[in-house]
Amino acid sequence: MTGPEARENVGESAGLGVHEGPGQGGHEGAGHGGHEGAGHGGHEGAGHGEHEGAGHGEHEGAVREGSGQSVRKGAGQSVREEVREGRPVIERRLHPVTPLRRAWAPLAVLIGWAVHDPDQAQRQLSRLTTTTLLIALAVLLPAAALYGFLSWWFTHFAVTDTELRVRTGLLFRRTAHIRLERIQAIDVTQPLLARVAGVAKLKLDVIGTDEKDELAYLGAEEARALRAELLARAAGFAPETAHEVGEAPARELLRVPPRVLAVSLVLTGATWGWLVVVPVVIPLLWIATHSLWTVLAVGVPLLGAAGASTVGRFVTEYDWTVGESPDGLRIDHGLLDREHETVPPGRVQTIRIVEPWLWRRRGWVRVELDVAGSSNSLLVPVAPRELAEAVIGRVLPGVRVPAASELAGAPRRARWCVPVWWRGYGLVVTEAVFAARHGLLRRSLALVPHAKVQSVRLSQGPWERARGVANVHVDNGANRSVTARLRDAEEAVALLRSQAERSRTGRRDARPDRWMT
Amino acid sequence: METGIPHITTEQEPEWIALPPGLLKMRRLLLVVWLGPLTLATGLVPGLLAGPGWAAFAVLPLALLIWGWGMLERNWRSWRYAERADDLLISRGVLWREQTVVPYGRMQLVEVTSGPVERRFGLASVQLHTAAAATDAKIPGLDPAEAERLRDRLTELGEARSAGL
Repeated sequence: MTGPEARENVGESAGLGVHEGPGQGGHEGAGHGGHEGAGHGGHEGAGHGEHEGAGHGEHEGAVREGSGQSVRKGAGQSVREEVREGRPVIERRLHPVTPLRRAWAPLAVLIGWAVHDPDQAQRQLSRLTTTTLLIALAVLLPAAALYGFLSWWFTHFAVTDTELRVRTGLLFRRTAHIRLERIQAIDVTQPLLARVAGVAKLKLDVIGTDEKDELAYLGAEEARALRAELLARAAGFAPETAHEVGEAPARELLRVPPRVLAVSLVLTGATWGWLVVVPVVIPLLWIATHSLWTVLAVGVPLLGAAGASTVGRFVTEYDWTVGESPDGLRIDHGLLDREHETVPPGRVQTIRIVEPWLWRRRGWVRVELDVAGSSNSLLVPVAPRELAEAVIGRVLPGVRVPAASELAGAPRRARWCVPVWWRGYGLVVTEAVFAARHGLLRRSLALVPHAKVQSVRLSQGPWERARGVANVHVDNGANRSVTARLRDAEEAVALLRSQAERSRTGRRDARPDRWMT
Repeated sequence: METGIPHITTEQEPEWIALPPGLLKMRRLLLVVWLGPLTLATGLVPGLLAGPGWAAFAVLPLALLIWGWGMLERNWRSWRYAERADDLLISRGVLWREQTVVPYGRMQLVEVTSGPVERRFGLASVQLHTAAAATDAKIPGLDPAEAERLRDRLTELGEARSAGL
């Protein structure tokens, strides 16, 4: 008993986001395997992990420590312990179609093997008799069914006042406690088959969560209701009412018409690149080798990549809708697989306005965003500049997109460091954002709100020093950096200091993590 | 005086703290341990097997050793840090210079590490982590007592000024 318990306590003092009930002692030793984020106690760092004060939304290096938002623990905590917290925690199961999701896995392995080694597969197949086939089926099918059923049976989730808890695993049990006020975004995804079955996946984007922490599958209605409840709790509604608050009303900001999306893809360099590469490479390869297999081995992935970057993009970005609600930004898109993302207010770390060369005449732009822990990085696939800027104004309140004329370019002597492209660099610091531009043909302007700056760096190589220029990097919480390249050295040093100051003070008027409080 | 990042005049210059000499000693020793035997080997083996003229090969690692000896000192001198009221400054690099500013409120974790060789020389490193992985804020070769003082102070300041993502 002492072993696991001691470790538990180390974990607690290192600032894990676990809220245990008062009765700490009563862990069941059974199965309390070595699963609690190995290497917790090992850090000498006293660290910031230590203060876990309510409401300040730091995420303590979840990646390193395995702690922070999503805390994994071995099994052994049963419902009983949760009940001890005073309020009973209702555990729920996923939708009953979930087992089917895993049932095709053995089949996929077989197909993969057949494709990988066709000769061998054919020989093996011809050797099979009907009896062996039947026996194999009789063993495989129930095994797959049993596995699917058990993994469903042993997966539970529960929503408490402050956390989403996911308990899963057949042999290796794991419990993830995900702190709601740390939510960076919520995704509800419906792949094509799931749409047919009327189910959806729900995933909380919190730093440190992984694929396993998504809830797949829930009934489509249930997923919406759960999302509304999670957002209401995260927003800081009273726990008693959070259940009934319901979905926040959304207002549509922008919808991308399919025709515009198609034209924008036609006007993308990558599309033309594929159109040139594919008809050239495949005949050349045929002439060079005269081997059907080589052509297939190169051609199929090539065509696949070409399809993904053109048709694939169209299918994913089809019917792209950006909406606004009190719960934050809503992004819905997809032709076959539907995805619905909700980004609560104040979670956007960086916005990039990308302007490909061929789009410039039409005044179209693409807007990308960085949200910590989220896989989606697109806000608007294509839109006229004014509309896109209006959306940015809603996403980052109080931020105005600086005009091209406001940007100060790199000094002329910078041309010795980066020929030609030095003209593309530009920088302006407004009262709300640090805005840096790069690119000549494909211009990209990145906006970082001062409050989102985690650290500021200045770098200067020997060649740059000889020309009296330096680069200033601004790091945000989504693990991206924005660089203002080739600034005058004096200016860069002043910028380094003043940006650090702005980053510190910019935080004061930021909204609280629980945005409804 | 080396040219380069000019010192700012509008604010008062922060109090820079240099690294203790232990790190330089350790790095120089490592340099000699690696390149010394290599010099001997490249001198002796061709010299004995192919003739004394071939021993000139040893000049290469020897030059590297002498050059490295000087460079290590320049690099060691370039490392410095300053604790200001609201942020920590780290400056380093001779040819490729880098200066990092981390506001205390953004620090997520402060780590003190010390490898076996470092421990032998009585050294420890302090590494700061923020939510951005690109933040590269490490101070190597500190006195363990200083490292611990720094850690405690940074933690304390970070707690007072803590801010979220």
